[in-house]
Amino acid sequence: MNKRSFENARVWRVGADVDTDALAPGAYMKHGLEVIGWHCLEAVRSDFASGVKEGDVIVAGANFGIGSSREQAAGVLRHLGLSAVIALSYSGLYFRNAFNLGLLLLTCPEADKIEEGERVALHFDGDTPQVIRANGQSLACAAIPDFLMDMVDAGGLLPLLKQKQQG
Amino acid sequence: MSAAVSQTLAQKLIARASGRSHVAVGEVVTCNVDLAMFHDSSGPRRLKPMLDELGADIWDKNKVVLVLDHYVPAQDADAQQIVQIARDTAKQWKLPHVIDSEGICHVVLPERGHLKPGMFCVGGDSHSPTGGAFGCYMFGIGATEMLGVCVTGQIWVQVPRTLRMHWSGRLQAGVSAKDMMLHMVGRFGMNGGQYQAVEFAGPAVQVLSMAERMTLSNMSAEMGAQAGLIAADETTLQYLRGIGVAPEHLAGAEQWRTDEDAEFEQQSFDACTLSPQVAAPHSPANTRDVGEFADIHPNIAYIGACTGAKLEDLRAAASVLKGQRVAAGVQLMVAPASAREQAQATREGVMQILQDAGATVLPNSCGACAGYGATFPEGSTVISTTARNFKGRMGPASVNVYLASPYTVAASALRGRISDAREVLA
Repeated sequence: MNKRSFENARVWRVGADVDTDALAPGAYMKHGLEVIGWHCLEAVRSDFASGVKEGDVIVAGANFGIGSSREQAAGVLRHLGLSAVIALSYSGLYFRNAFNLGLLLLTCPEADKIEEGERVALHFDGDTPQVIRANGQSLACAAIPDFLMDMVDAGGLLPLLKQKQQG
Repeated sequence: MSAAVSQTLAQKLIARASGRSHVAVGEVVTCNVDLAMFHDSSGPRRLKPMLDELGADIWDKNKVVLVLDHYVPAQDADAQQIVQIARDTAKQWKLPHVIDSEGICHVVLPERGHLKPGMFCVGGDSHSPTGGAFGCYMFGIGATEMLGVCVTGQIWVQVPRTLRMHWSGRLQAGVSAKDMMLHMVGRFGMNGGQYQAVEFAGPAVQVLSMAERMTLSNMSAEMGAQAGLIAADETTLQYLRGIGVAPEHLAGAEQWRTDEDAEFEQQSFDACTLSPQVAAPHSPANTRDVGEFADIHPNIAYIGACTGAKLEDLRAAASVLKGQRVAAGVQLMVAPASAREQAQATREGVMQILQDAGATVLPNSCGACAGYGATFPEGSTVISTTARNFKGRMGPASVNVYLASPYTVAASALRGRISDAREVLA
């Protein structure tokens, strides 16, 4: 299994209860991910959409992604090139959507130790994802079932279904 | 031979759908989907390109229901295009079940007899747990996961724990299922359900009508539960017979209940002492008794959405507003949840009472609740029967939305400040 490790990812800190309307505001749901991306998280932190770069990560408190089933709320983060979201917990519906779109979600009980702007890495210790902080501190995350990691590796459910069709 | 293993309603529904006699909490199983519902936003415009890319067909068109409710009536060219894609795709796919501009998916689905106890269903909308009121395991999924269902007819679930909300006693007049739900969301928080199954039970739930039960199951989404279940009983069967569901589809409905010796967690509540509840901006969990909001003066009172504009919700509002007009400076808007329910409300004189009170009647669609089209103007203070008051959802970030029951919204419109309907009804 191809584990999705990464290095040197810039952290964007947000708080608890970030909802899907903040990630993909309803007023722009008529449009594609590019337009939604310009407004992603604007109600929470207005510097995000203009400043986010390929490979960055969001670090959040509890209940990330509560609210709607609109999967654009997960798709937009992949569109913006995020490596992963690291949070205390997620909405269950958002969790499913993210993996279906190939977005890696890490459930990290110590996520609140991670600071705005610091650089973190992700390594795997067996099945346990470990977020490595800039100061060397290692924060263990919940293991992710293989069938969900397969979706991350494939880039989402659609490419996975395609692979199965061809296989 | 040992006796059958005791199971919760959630376990029984998932066991049936996965072709097993028993499933254990925590295991991941693959279920056969009995019904998949999607709407104009989550449906064709997202599914068709993906299905085309795969060169795949829908596994069983008879098990699919398309509802046009989010972008209708179209407010601009972009919305018109989304609606047109839905209509064209429905024709191309020859979908047998299409409900176009006749109401909100979670209300029209049971209204047309699509939901029966024992079913396992998915919906392309987060308020899909509404179907749990009919003894179905129903939950919301995103468009890509819906693609998976459309291609395979199957979906995975992790068998949930059951958190039973036991309500004893009986609600006072002017207090409703919406108040029960706001109270529970306030107490447990927006992720208190931890994506497990919530089950509503007890004498106060048993006396609720199907519409009120739907409000409980609907707002299970705001508790972060995957499903919000209510065991089928005589009320359920009577409703389903009434809308013409054939008796053979209702046989054995009584098996869809939690075994009392099954393992579940229970929380207890007393309906008798519950006051009307209001959730302050910007979270449904920000809930307190109505009396704490007497100094809030809404300029918009909104009765709408799957959560709060069913026939019974309209009746509740009319019982408060009968023969009166809303206060000066308050705009009352009513968007009945379905055309059929609106027609019935018209026959009963309920719509006339609301219009005489000053209501503007809006189309049978998600309207301002979804925030996809018309929303409330800058700086508005809104009291609303809807389910979510996230910042920026129903208008600009300056809009403050208070969530409450139809009784409370009507009483607040009448008095021009957030008010307790029990005082008006007394």
